[in-house]
This record gives sequence, structure tokens and C-alpha cells, in this order.
Amino acid sequence: MPVLFLAQRATAFVLACAVAVHLVTILYAVRGGLTAAEILARTHGNIGFMLFYALFVIAVAIHAPIGLKNIFREWTAWRGRSLDLALAAFALLLVALGLRAVFAMYTA
Amino acid sequence: MNGLLGVDIWRGTEQGAFQTFAIPRRTHQTVLDVVTEIQREHDATLSYRFACRVGMCGSCAMVVNGRPRWTCRTRVSEVADDDGRLRLEPLHNFAIVKDLAVEMTQFFDKWKEAHGYFEPGATPEKDFAAVPPATKERQAANAGIECIGCGVCYSACDIVAWDEDYLGPAALNRAWTLLNDVRDRGQESRLDAVSGAGGCQACHTHMSCTKFCPQAIAPTFAIAGLKRAILKGILRGRR
Repeated sequence: MPVLFLAQRATAFVLACAVAVHLVTILYAVRGGLTAAEILARTHGNIGFMLFYALFVIAVAIHAPIGLKNIFREWTAWRGRSLDLALAAFALLLVALGLRAVFAMYTA
Repeated sequence: MNGLLGVDIWRGTEQGAFQTFAIPRRTHQTVLDVVTEIQREHDATLSYRFACRVGMCGSCAMVVNGRPRWTCRTRVSEVADDDGRLRLEPLHNFAIVKDLAVEMTQFFDKWKEAHGYFEPGATPEKDFAAVPPATKERQAANAGIECIGCGVCYSACDIVAWDEDYLGPAALNRAWTLLNDVRDRGQESRLDAVSGAGGCQACHTHMSCTKFCPQAIAPTFAIAGLKRAILKGILRGRR
């Protein structure tokens, strides 16, 4: 429990920074209009972009399932091993889908 | 003070209904006075709990117009709603024995689960411990030491309502005062006890306990202290 609690707090810190960078970048980049092709041209082969969003995805994949676990515990009777396994699967799904998207933007 | 006071009182256990009484308004009348008058003059089968009547024992705590309070220290004039009515319920988050009396076993069992008791260690100290009043630990313990276990915070806490494993503000506050007791020898096991699934990390910092505590204790800050102590333990590799 303390490990999950600390992991969620630590990833919250990462996410607070990452979301701020993400939003500011979007607002700055599209201020004059930006096409999908232009976005992909910027992300293609950009190692900084890939590392930043990979960190973002991993932080989400840690943060969200822990929060969901607390919500399920408090609002439903679902708890125990089946809940842990379901949320571990959800974490893996977030990592897989997120990293797939990041990698697609990097290689596009 | 003239007129009648309309009082709706919960009758029954988990199943039951509100029963209405009309009681004369009196100057400086407390909510406990009202309940006692109803029990003595109107319906002797009404069950409630009290002992000291002066805010020392905490046994008369009830939910008055939606808020947990000590009824002996609450004047009717402070809490009667705009229509001059009172609505009295047993404390929330406790099993109901009957009417306004609640079962407090689980509440005190959780104090034990949180290691809310002094651990002297295997071998007694040879001399009295000197604990200077100005030390940080002594002051932190002082801030929470006046808890008398009335259950108001437990009734007010959303997390207790949502998670039956949650130890609750009073038990965690007690654990915090003991964590700051330099004589205690059970700190590691106490920190383990308050780090479980229903431990201090489950607190959402809603601060209802702190808002409603009749002793003006801030269990929220005690719980934050426990979280910090656990974090420090992990960072130092002790946990």
C-alpha cells in the first residue's frame, strides 16, 4: 500500500509537468494552424519527443490503475486479487496502446 | 423563551423511522436536555447514551440536523433550523444498537488495529523518561492527545463510509500521538499497522474530522504526519 501510494504521488508529479508541457506545446504549435502531415514531420525521428511521451504514457499507466483501484474499493464491493489482476491488465493495455501510438508518431 | 420545539428522532435500528415530538423551548436548553426531557416525560422507551453532561466523556454524540456533535455542549438555539426544528440521528458509520445509541466496538477495535496503545518494549526503562515540553515530538503529541474517543470524527468521515477497512481519523490520530512518544518501543510495527489497505494513505484529506472534532483536534494533520513518517522510512531504506 505505501508503495502504491508513493507511486501514485510520484507519477502525479510527473503528470503535472507532462500535461503542462503537452498543453503549452499544442497551443504554441497550432497557433498559426498545423496539418497532420506537418505534425508527423516534426515528430518523425525526434528522440526527445519519443522519450517525453513514453515517460508520459508510463506515468499514466502507473497512475490511473492505482486511482481506479481506490475508486473501486470505495464505491463498489470489488476488491482482492481479481481487482488487482484486472487493473494490472488495464495498466498493460495503457502501456501497449500508448507506446504503440508514440512509436507510430516517431517512425511515421 | 416561548413556544414548542419540533423534534424528529430516529427510532429503531438500521430499519426504523423518525418519530416527532413537541417539546417546550427553554432558555439555554441543550440538545441533550431535549432528548432527556423526551425520554423522561414523553417516551421512556427512547434509547440514548450520556454520562457526564459537561463535555468530558463524549458519550452523548449524535447527528444533529445532519452534523455530528456532542449534544450536551450544543444549545438548541445554535442548531435549530429556520423552522425551529431538530432532527436527531445516531452517529453515522456505526451500527445502531437502538434509536440514538450506537455500537462502538468496531471503532475501538480499529484503535487496536492501528496500534493505538503504548508499547513499553520488552525491558522496562530504569528511570523516568525526561520529555521536555518544547520538543517537536512532545508538541506534536500534545496537539492530538486530548481525544476522548467520542466518535464524532468517525461519523463525519467520508472514507469510513466508503471503505469498511479504513481505520478512521481517531485511531490514526492516536497512532500519531504515540509515534511522537519518545518512550514508545513499537514504532516499526505501528507504522506497518497504519500502512495497510485501510491505513493513513486512504485518507482523501476532506478534513471533515478536523471540522467537526469537538476538541478542536486536527486528525487530518496527524494522518499527514503518518504519511510523512512512512515516506521518510522508505527513503531511508527502513521500510
